[in-house]
Amino acid sequence: MADSERIPTVVADDAHIIYKIHQAGSASSSPLASFKRLTTRSKNANIREVHAVKGVSFVAYKGEAIGLIGTNGSGKSTLLRAVAGLLPVSRGAIYAAGQPSLLGVNAALMNELPGDRNVELGCLAMGMTPAEVKARKDDIIEFSGINDKGDFSSLPMRTYSSGMSARLRFSIAAAKKHDVLLIDEALATGDAKFRKRSEQRVRELRAEAGTVFLVSHSEQSIRDTCERCIWLEAGEIRADGPTGDVMKEYEAFSRR
Amino acid sequence: MLLPVSFYQEPEHQASDPAAPEGPTRSEHHPMTETAVASADAGLSLKELARRNGLSASGRLPSLPEYTRQLWAYRHFIGAHASAKMTSALGNTKLGAVWQVLTPIINAAVYYVIFGVVLKAHGNMPNFIAYLCVGVFVFQFTQSVVQTGQNTIVGNLGLIRALHFPRASLPLSAALVEIRNFVVALVVLMGIVLVTGEPLTLEWLLVLPALLLQSVFNTGLGLFMARYGAKNRDIRQLIPFIMRFWLYGSAVLYPVTKFADVLSGWQLQVVEANPMLVFIELMRHALIEGAPLANSPTVLWIQAAIWALTVGVGGYVYFWRGEKGYGRG
Ligand SMILES: Nc1ncnc2c1ncn2[C@@H]1O[C@H](COP(=O)(O)OP(=O)(O)OP(=O)(O)O)[C@@H](O)[C@H]1O
Ligand SMILES: [Mg+2]
Repeated sequence: MADSERIPTVVADDAHIIYKIHQAGSASSSPLASFKRLTTRSKNANIREVHAVKGVSFVAYKGEAIGLIGTNGSGKSTLLRAVAGLLPVSRGAIYAAGQPSLLGVNAALMNELPGDRNVELGCLAMGMTPAEVKARKDDIIEFSGINDKGDFSSLPMRTYSSGMSARLRFSIAAAKKHDVLLIDEALATGDAKFRKRSEQRVRELRAEAGTVFLVSHSEQSIRDTCERCIWLEAGEIRADGPTGDVMKEYEAFSRR
Repeated sequence: MLLPVSFYQEPEHQASDPAAPEGPTRSEHHPMTETAVASADAGLSLKELARRNGLSASGRLPSLPEYTRQLWAYRHFIGAHASAKMTSALGNTKLGAVWQVLTPIINAAVYYVIFGVVLKAHGNMPNFIAYLCVGVFVFQFTQSVVQTGQNTIVGNLGLIRALHFPRASLPLSAALVEIRNFVVALVVLMGIVLVTGEPLTLEWLLVLPALLLQSVFNTGLGLFMARYGAKNRDIRQLIPFIMRFWLYGSAVLYPVTKFADVLSGWQLQVVEANPMLVFIELMRHALIEGAPLANSPTVLWIQAAIWALTVGVGGYVYFWRGEKGYGRG
């Protein structure tokens, strides 16, 4: 039941998210058809809608780590992007404390630049002062472990393996205190050692009174880091509760 | 069986009514201490719960002064991003930074061969090379701002989606890169003008205010293009034609006096109010002794100041109003 001591950080209130897609290359996209549409000012028949999140409501509190599970295409990434304020909600609302940061698989920094320059740039982009950046830079590179196999921090990021750039991105994002940190499979490509290290960092972030959302298809990661779990299926919440219980339901569903 | 959805919520939390009247509750003042919040927690609608805890719907637009303050706080990021862009753009060429000087020279040479040597468009103007080069360089400055400006949002979606910073940082850093490039080009240009026999006079100092006004104008234009290009991707296909039309209409490749030969009255005034024409004229006035001008220098300065102010402020406001839409959808 609602714990009266806790402070909410994210509130989703019956949130709906609808993607509108301009379809190119279908039958009605010939130059003639487009021209006809433009001149007659009729609705673009090529716009299709995907109702990705359908009326989701939940409250997340300070110091919680919440696992988000569900099958492929169930709307997890979409929901996180809306919490981060990167997608508009079509109906309902999502309220959040401060500015949530989304750490996704394709959160690209500048691929042409060496890793250490990316660290500086990323830190500045998170609002640190140059002095803070200078003080933190070495720790961040150290934490990411990209220099374990030689001096990689001075090579362009395009030469990194996918795990290495994921490590660096996580390390940059985790260097700052976040009110709300959203992690979308960003740790999935890391090796076992880094996963342990990053899970430790997630726990620290929670202890610093932040809220962490973690999307992962790895049951172990979710069980290790999150005590609460939300199961999303076809854009709707199927279950929301202690990880153990929700996981059991989800597994039963997956086996079917 | 499904679990109930409300492990962490009172059932009342679910029964939120988005249409509930909010006027009277808004004006009430709730002390925002933790205990007050906690004890009042039960039985609130989600909306009310969020409001009491100071949570904001993500996507609230900051006020213009607030936005400007945020941008100022991010000045180090803007600078670092600009220099990073510069390194990575030239990093994979052999000549590297030499291109910053080479590009404008080649550009001027191409136009000189076509319009100065082959077509003889100068109508017996004494120093046509200098005249032409000033036009080409000044126009190139605005042209590159337009071209990179439209790409600053579309080309940085990864960064925008990953991190929160005032989005105007990106077009501003792009404008900074172009201003820096233009300063280098300007040094080259002064060299060309000197070599073609112009004297070095005190009037050359007027280059600085002209540069400032055009930079403000270009930054505003870049901000405008950034938002416009993010919404209307089709514009990308049209930009080359628009820019070419603008180039031909700005007396870059032929003496400005040709307008007065064929136009008169309001038509002439409209053509001569063209901001590119104004900026080019000012630079010619500063660098070239006795260059034929469309208007008196005073009129040109006033026109330039008006253009810089309207486009600079207008572009900034236009970009700010779209702040919450970048990287979405
Ligand atoms: N950019 C987009 N444009 C249109 N539709 C999209 C877009 N991104 C996702 N969708 C649709 O929204 C739905 C939810 O996708 P989402 O990426 O949120 O799933 P997910 O739960 O993250 O899946 P996964 O486990 O594979 O990462 C899918 O039906 C998908 O087709
Ligand atoms: Mg996903």
